[in-house]
This record gives sequence, C-alpha cells and structure tokens, in this order.
Amino acid sequence: MPYALCLVLFVIGLYAVATKRNLIKIVIGFIIMENAVNLLLIMLGYRLGGRAPILWQSTAGDAAEFARVAVDPLPQALVLTSIVISLGVTALMVAICLRVYERYGTFDISEIRRLRG
Amino acid sequence: MSDATIKRPAVRGADQPGLSIIVRTVTRWVKSFIFLFGIYIVCFGHLTPGGGFSGGVILSCTFILLMLAFGRERALRQLPVPRAAMLDSVGALGFLAVATIGLFASGVFFVNWLAVPAAGVLQRLCVLLGVQPFHLLSAGTLPLYNLWIALKVATSLFLVFTLLAMLRVNYRGEKE
Amino acid sequence: MNWLIPYFVIVPLAGAFVVALIPRRRGWLADILANVCSVALLVAALVVCVRRLHGVCFVGGWAPPVGISMVLDGLAALMLLTIAVITLVSSIYAVQYMEQFTWKAKFYSLFLLMVAGMNGVVLAGDFFNLFVFLEIASISSYALVGYGCRHEELEATFKYLTLGNLGALFVLLGVAFIYGVSGTLNMADFSVRSAGTLNTAGLVALALLMIGFGLKAALVPMHAWLPDAHPAAPTPISAMLSGVFIKATGVYALLRVTNNVFPPMHVTQEVLLALGGASMVIGVFMAIGQWDLKRLLAYHSISQIGYVILGVALGTPLGILGGLFHLVNHAAFKSLLFLGAGAIEYRTGTRQLREMGGLRERMPVTAATTLIASLAISGVPPFNGFFSKLLIIWAAVEAGRHGYAVVAVIVSVMTIASFMKVQKYAFFGPLNPRWRDVREVPGLMRLALVFLALLCLLMSALVLPSVRAVILVPAVDALRAGTAYAGYLHGE
Repeated sequence: MPYALCLVLFVIGLYAVATKRNLIKIVIGFIIMENAVNLLLIMLGYRLGGRAPILWQSTAGDAAEFARVAVDPLPQALVLTSIVISLGVTALMVAICLRVYERYGTFDISEIRRLRG
Repeated sequence: MSDATIKRPAVRGADQPGLSIIVRTVTRWVKSFIFLFGIYIVCFGHLTPGGGFSGGVILSCTFILLMLAFGRERALRQLPVPRAAMLDSVGALGFLAVATIGLFASGVFFVNWLAVPAAGVLQRLCVLLGVQPFHLLSAGTLPLYNLWIALKVATSLFLVFTLLAMLRVNYRGEKE
Repeated sequence: MNWLIPYFVIVPLAGAFVVALIPRRRGWLADILANVCSVALLVAALVVCVRRLHGVCFVGGWAPPVGISMVLDGLAALMLLTIAVITLVSSIYAVQYMEQFTWKAKFYSLFLLMVAGMNGVVLAGDFFNLFVFLEIASISSYALVGYGCRHEELEATFKYLTLGNLGALFVLLGVAFIYGVSGTLNMADFSVRSAGTLNTAGLVALALLMIGFGLKAALVPMHAWLPDAHPAAPTPISAMLSGVFIKATGVYALLRVTNNVFPPMHVTQEVLLALGGASMVIGVFMAIGQWDLKRLLAYHSISQIGYVILGVALGTPLGILGGLFHLVNHAAFKSLLFLGAGAIEYRTGTRQLREMGGLRERMPVTAATTLIASLAISGVPPFNGFFSKLLIIWAAVEAGRHGYAVVAVIVSVMTIASFMKVQKYAFFGPLNPRWRDVREVPGLMRLALVFLALLCLLMSALVLPSVRAVILVPAVDALRAGTAYAGYLHGE
C-alpha cells in the first residue's frame, strides 16, 4: 500500500513535468519524482518494528539478533547516492533556468521554444 | 533639544549587504560551531550515521551561511572560487588515490588495505595507536574515504551556490 | 585482470580531475593530458579484445551477491573498443576545434568524465552501479551540450536535460522494482533468481528499464531530444553523443537487460522489433526534409539505431552479428559525418545546406572523407555500411520477417537519397562565391577525419571470419549465452 502511494507521487511529478509551462514548476516536478523514487527505495528496506542498522558496542555480540531486528541498510546506501545524483541534476537544471531568465527575461517555456521539426 | 543636535550612534554595518544585524551577530558566534559539527559528522562517519556526504553538506553550510549573512564578497574572501575549484579536484583525486593504493597493496581495487591483519608491522602500529572496533581509529580506510568525500562535497556545494548566486537580475530585466 | 577492469574507469576519472586543475592559460597541457588518456584507453581496449581477456572483478574483495562486481565479457570488450576509438578521434579533433571556446581544461575534464561514465556503464555488473555511471555520463553530457551558451543551445540543453533525466528516473524506478522483487541488485544474481517465470512486478521492472534505456538510446517514440541536442553541442561532443553515448548508455544497457539479465522472451523481441522498425522509418522520413546539416545527421542517427535494434532483436546469430556490426560501423561513419559537418561549420560558419555549395574545391579533405562516410552510411560497397546492412536484411529474411526486410531496404534507399542531397548541396555544384576564400581545416582535425575514413574502409574486413572471430563473435556469443551470464556470479 505505501508503495502504491509512492507511485502516485511519481505520477504527480510526471504530470507536473509534462504539463506545466513554467520552467521552475518543471524543476519542482522533477524534484517530486526523485523524492518519490527515493521514498520507494527506502520503504523497500523497511521491516515492521525494526531498528536502525547501526551496530553499537553494547549490542555487538549478538549478530543473529541484529540481523533479525535491523532494517535493510542497502536501500539506505542507494538512496544516499541517488540523493547526491539528483542534487547534481537539479543544480544543473536551475542553472539553466537562470541562464534562460538572463537571456529571455521569462520562465515561460512556450516563449523560448523555437526549435521545430 | 532638536533632532539636529542629538548625535545618534550609527548602527554598525547598517548599509552592508546581507541580512540584518541579528543574523550577522549570531552567525559570527555560531559559524565555528557549525564547522566543528560538520567535522564531527565526517570523522565519526564509520560509527554513527553521517559520513562524508552529510558532513560535507554541513561544512559547506558554514560558507553558505556566511554568504547569506554577510553578502557574497565576504564569503568569497574566506574561500575564493579558484581555490574552491582546486580543492574540489584535490578531494576527488585523494579519494581515487586511496582506492588505487588498495589496488597496489593487495591487488584488488577499493579494498580495505588498512584492515588490521593478524601480525606484522601494521598490526603493531594499530595496537600502538589504539585501533579497536567502535573507536575513532578503526574501520580501515573508511574514515579516509569520508574525509576526501567531505572535502569534495563541501567545496562542490559551495561552488554551486556561489555560481548560482552570481546572477542578479531585477524585475525590469536589467542586470545588476 | 583485477586491475585491468577498474583501469578503464580509473584512468579517465583521474584524468578528468587532474585536467580540471590546469589553469586557463595552459590549455595545451590539457590537450596533451586528455589525448594521453585517450591513447591509454585505446591501447588497453585493443589488448582486451585481441587477447580476449574476459573476467570479473570483485570490487573491494567482496564477492557477490554481497559485493559489487564489474564484468568484462565479449559485448563489454566490443563497446570498450568502440568508445576508445571514437574518444581518441574526438579528442584529437577537439584540440583545434575547441580553441574558439574559453577554458579548454574544463571541456576536457567534462569530456573525460563522460568517457569514465560510459566505460563504467559498459563494465557494470550490478544494476545500481549501472545507474550511477549512467548518471555520471549523462550529467557530463548535459553540461557539454550546453557548453557554448548560445540561445539555441540553452533550449536544446534544457530539453535534453528534461528528457534525459526522465529516462534516468525510469531506470531508477526499474532498479527499485528489481530490488523489491528479488532482494538483489547484482545482474547475474538476478538472472539466477528469476530463472523461472517472472511475476508482474518483474515485468513492470523490465518495462520501466526498457523505457528508460530506450529514452537514452533515442528509440521512437522517445527520440524527441536527439534532433535538438546533437546539433547544439560542440562538434566533438556531437560525434561522441551520436557515435558512442547513445549506444553505450542506451543500446548496450537495453541489450544487456533483455538478453542476459531477463531471459529472452518473445514479447520483448516483438516490442524491440517494432520500435526498431519505427525508428528506422521515422528517422529517415524526418531527415529527408531537413536543411540543417547536423539536424539531418541526428535524424539519421535515430534511423540507424533502429537498424541495430532490428538486427539484434531478430534473435538469430546472423541477426545479432549484423546488429552489432552495424553498431560499430555507425560509430565510425556517423562520427566522421559529424566531424565533417563541424569542419564545414568551423570554416564557413553555417550549417544550412542551402548556403553551402561547391565546397569540394576549397576543402578537398573534408569533401573526400564526408563522401566516404556518406557512401558508408548509404550501404555502398566496399565500405563497412554495406556489409552490416546486408547482414541485417539477410537475417531478417532468414528469420521469416520479410516485412521488416522490405522496410530496411526502403529505408536504405531513402538514406542514399538523403545523402545524395547532402553531397549535392554541400560539396558538388558551383562554388558559392561567399566561400571563395575558405581554407581547409587545420592539421589535427584533418588527421581525425582521415583516420575515421580509413577505418570506414578497413572495417569492412570485420566480415571476414578470422577478423570477425576476434572482435565481433565474442560479443555475439555473450548475447546469445542469455542467462548463462549468471556464471559471472562466481568469477571467470
């Protein structure tokens, strides 16, 4: 069920990217999509009643207990990487939006659409 | 007495760029602690949540806070753009160097070449330095990776923010 | 072996960051360093292909499925060789072409980062590393496409960014589904775990991955970004994008996923055949009406990638051989065409065919090499395009897909027509008086053009069985092995 909600969020972001005319709204649509995918990844690793997958010195002895209780740490690593990547892409998109504003004085995508064919 | 004869003390820095005097004062006190907190997150990344990327973001927040509170020129005086770009590349090269030393040391790329072996010089050095699990000096090459990544991320984010903030356009479309 | 596989990623990555340290004044140092990296990559790729050094590298010593693995098999070796050749040619060409832009060191840094990303995609043994390297290559290419910052480049970059990022997000969503379905990210391990039938989530993952990679490969209907992005980029980057980027990040990943990771299924075959056919037709129809030379070449890229997908999706050994042969051929002649178009633009300042005319007299080397490339792409013997197209059409007939074979022949005829138009307007005919004082392009650019033209001629030899066995057949075997790819789970 939470997975379906993540996909709904993804589709909302996709709708924003596909239909909005303001460049900044398109960037926000991408941010929503990336967050939806990251959320899906994190939730895939969740375990009901689980603990954070950190080994403290006090609990270091019992590996089996740790493996039974801890949440899956792999999606967390994946999401960290994915957040960094989406940061890079968002920064690039915003930089291009700023350059477009410098050049045309507007964020409206239909004003700058000149390439055809 | 009329207003002309009352000398009001000028508020220091009332006409400087950036934010208000409250923000500037608090920033002046707090920026070292933010920087220290960032270093803490980086150094203990192999024991507690955090690590290179998160710590690097906090480190860059110091400079970004400087930029917001005092204006771009003050922050650029602390860390000029060419130096940040150079540190950026140095951070990436340091990371690659640590990974490649593993290739030369044990024949496998990215291997943990500082893992404590059973015997030998490295083992005695580790005992001398107090390398044990769950302490600061442990987990082999992981803290080294954290440090280089933190350097790269901090400078990269600072550069991104600086270059995005370089654009000043007022609403009539004239560039400042 | 353990060091040879990471070598392909370490060398361009280290090169990128060392070049980034070079100050603006010493651009020549960046030239030398970047070309040394390219030569180093080419030498290593040749050694890998000729001595057939295939294997696995477990990064960090951790064995899969826990650890990350990098796999070098026949298909990866072929892609590495292609990437290395086109990288070297583009970086030689860029030495003089990029003089007109500021700060060459930054250009080379991004360029080498893109190469590192593509090499990583080709060598990745698990899905998430594939995604990460895909993004490294893509982000570098977004920045490179917008390098000049003219107005058309801004819009092209934004469109390319948007659609490219969309493709990457679909890939990430597919990877998330794959992890959810099977609990593993390693490609070989996944092929073992899904060895039986796939449930719905697995099929959804496959569909998402195909959409994402198809967008990167510019398959119709996800091709809208290519005709804007490739002309707007600086010429060496156009050559790299059309020549290797859409293949390494798009076609290679698509082939790997549909053949080695997921078991080859009838439905994926039909879908890919249909998309390939549509790409061929739509690409060439849109190309015929173009008067902007680089835009025309970009549409032809879409069409030729359709040929590659058609060949490989046929599933027969001859089809896969033809498809992969066309892949490497296309890298050679399309890069040559783009570099030639860039040479014309460098000297005359225009890309519009109507404004050129009779350049054959003033730019003989460019004219000759572009003529060779046009003959190659049209499928005229003895150039390489003829043999690869013949193989694909023959394979289509042999597999009983007569409709696709007829379509391929018609598209080939229309390609000939399109390039006859290019040759007529650009090179033959009376010399446009505006270009009376135009000179040939400088030496290093000429070297790059001539080298690729020679390759177009020599690569016809890849059809001979002895040469074929060295370069192409390992790649064909890797694809036909299907889920035997799982053998890479345990090394060698």
